[in-house]
Amino acid sequence: MQNLLEINNLKITTLRGKSTVRLLDKVDLSIRKKCSFGIVGESGCGKSITANAILGLLPYPLRVSEGSIRYDSKAGEMELLKLDRKQLREVRGQEISMIFQEPMTSLDPIFTVEMQMYEALSFHHPHMTKAEMREKSLDMLRQVNIPRPEQTLASYPHQLSGGQLQRIMIAIALINDPRLLLADEPTTALDVTIQAQILRLMNDLKERNDTSIIMITHDLGVIAETCEEVAVFYAGQIVEQANVVELFKQTAHPYTQGLLQAVTSLGGESRKLYTIPGIVPPGGQWAQGCRFSDRCSRCTEKCRQAMPALTEASPGHLCRCFLHSEEVEA
Amino acid sequence: MSEVKTNALLDVRHLQVYFPIKKGVMRRVVGHVHAVEDVSFTVGRKEVFALVGESGCGKSTTGSAILRLLEPTGGEVFFEGENLSLLSEEAMRLKRRDMQFIFQNPYSSLNPRMNVWKLLSEPLKVHFDLPPAELRERVEEMLNLIGMTPDQLERYPHQFSGGQKQRISIARALITHPSFVVADEPVSALDVSIQAQILNLMMELQQEMELSLIFISHDLNVVRHISSRVGVMYLGSIMEMGETEDVYRHPAHPYTQALLSAVPSHDPLNKSKHIVLEGDVPSPANPPSGCPFHTRCARCTEECRQKKPDLQATGPDHFAACHHIE
Repeated sequence: MQNLLEINNLKITTLRGKSTVRLLDKVDLSIRKKCSFGIVGESGCGKSITANAILGLLPYPLRVSEGSIRYDSKAGEMELLKLDRKQLREVRGQEISMIFQEPMTSLDPIFTVEMQMYEALSFHHPHMTKAEMREKSLDMLRQVNIPRPEQTLASYPHQLSGGQLQRIMIAIALINDPRLLLADEPTTALDVTIQAQILRLMNDLKERNDTSIIMITHDLGVIAETCEEVAVFYAGQIVEQANVVELFKQTAHPYTQGLLQAVTSLGGESRKLYTIPGIVPPGGQWAQGCRFSDRCSRCTEKCRQAMPALTEASPGHLCRCFLHSEEVEA
Repeated sequence: MSEVKTNALLDVRHLQVYFPIKKGVMRRVVGHVHAVEDVSFTVGRKEVFALVGESGCGKSTTGSAILRLLEPTGGEVFFEGENLSLLSEEAMRLKRRDMQFIFQNPYSSLNPRMNVWKLLSEPLKVHFDLPPAELRERVEEMLNLIGMTPDQLERYPHQFSGGQKQRISIARALITHPSFVVADEPVSALDVSIQAQILNLMMELQQEMELSLIFISHDLNVVRHISSRVGVMYLGSIMEMGETEDVYRHPAHPYTQALLSAVPSHDPLNKSKHIVLEGDVPSPANPPSGCPFHTRCARCTEECRQKKPDLQATGPDHFAACHHIE
């Protein structure tokens, strides 16, 4: 397999009463090895559930109704959606790891940092001795620039600050040398100066350990700083995907243009900010035809009736809009 | 006490808020969290003054203490020349007709059991004695201003999106026609595309109703856009204060410089050169001696460890609290 991860035609549904509601629609993604891939979009557009689906972490009643997620593991290619619970546990942490948005709530408050790090280690290395685990944990804490690692190991989560906890989350996520790190809004709950520290740290670790990163965020600034390739999600679909420079310089989709304009007009000449009218439609209440049509300033009759396909606007630059291709989604 | 400047609507002098830390069965006070430490600034009529800083720097506490939603432990606040600290609770309650507060999270600051009509008419009923027809008129006029229609009056908060809820919160604060409003992170709970809508609305209303506004935020881009003057806070103190554009273009304080450089740029070819601060913000329960920023500052010297710098002028209407400013 050439890529590290290939998601094909992924569909995720949930139950609302007795009816099935679609939350994610025909998503295709390929993550190259040693690549940092960004997924950007507003809340409720399907970014997080995509990441959760990769690790089999979708909570009931959400489920993958169709599609495949193939992953090139250390032992060979595998289909993640077909793994049973035991096999999935082997993959989690060792092959693919995840860090979550809120470090304060994702660590267990009644265990020390030491115990939580040892748990991750001993699960995948049952024969490791305590001394080895301590050695490895201290080394990991040093790698994520924790001051006084010995003291931190013995601390409980409430004794540490948000920035430190997020570093510890990263240390735990990377302790078994995974090849893919899923970062779901890793800096959203943190202050800007701490965010700068964490982003720099993730970049360093990526270079040092050859880990691929999928960075999920709503902040285009974080994307511009850390990612090589970007997919923009809207209402459960990919609406644009390109190399990061291409995406920011040759923005093709009106939604991406709107998002960028909304943030870059801040501090600009005009007092009036650019806005996208309306709100992100909740799952299952998507517009007929193009899902962005009722918020789009360039909407035509055709947009209201048919859904545009995700096609190449230029080589390597995918866009789902009739402005760039007449092709209709099958 | 010197006379109050005529053009300043609000004058905050040496405001201090300490929270006691209690321990043991007897709840003995064993220490204090120094949330706000000697903060002074003025806000002019129709001016938007921003307080910006990281979490825990005391910006929200300052906002609440001005309206006496929290009792300050020291200092004075003058509003239209009147010393608010001397008012009785009842007098302060009446004063809040002219001074309102917009909260951060519209999901939790609107009573879920009140419909829009009740939410919006309540402040009017508390502060004015209006005949029903006029009450209705005022509410509908306000609804119109925030871009909603009278047929939504019967709905409850859960039937609205986050952006609409924040519109309702804003309407609720502005319906008594206050001259001064504290807005505490009014857009940080919202999505990017909704943020811009709410910011536009706030700027429009600020112009139209001639409001003075204290805008509290951790988002440096938003602050730059909306405010004309800004105060940068760190560990309960104002580190730098001045006209917003001036502060953003020529930050004088090392903390402001680091803070501004930490904002991710939106240009992948031109990534911002971060000054990465080491370590964390110290605990306000045990603040460092001398300059509050000295533990993380690259320019720290012996003087910084011992003596807290005062705000000093670095230009016209531009002040910074640092020993190392020429």
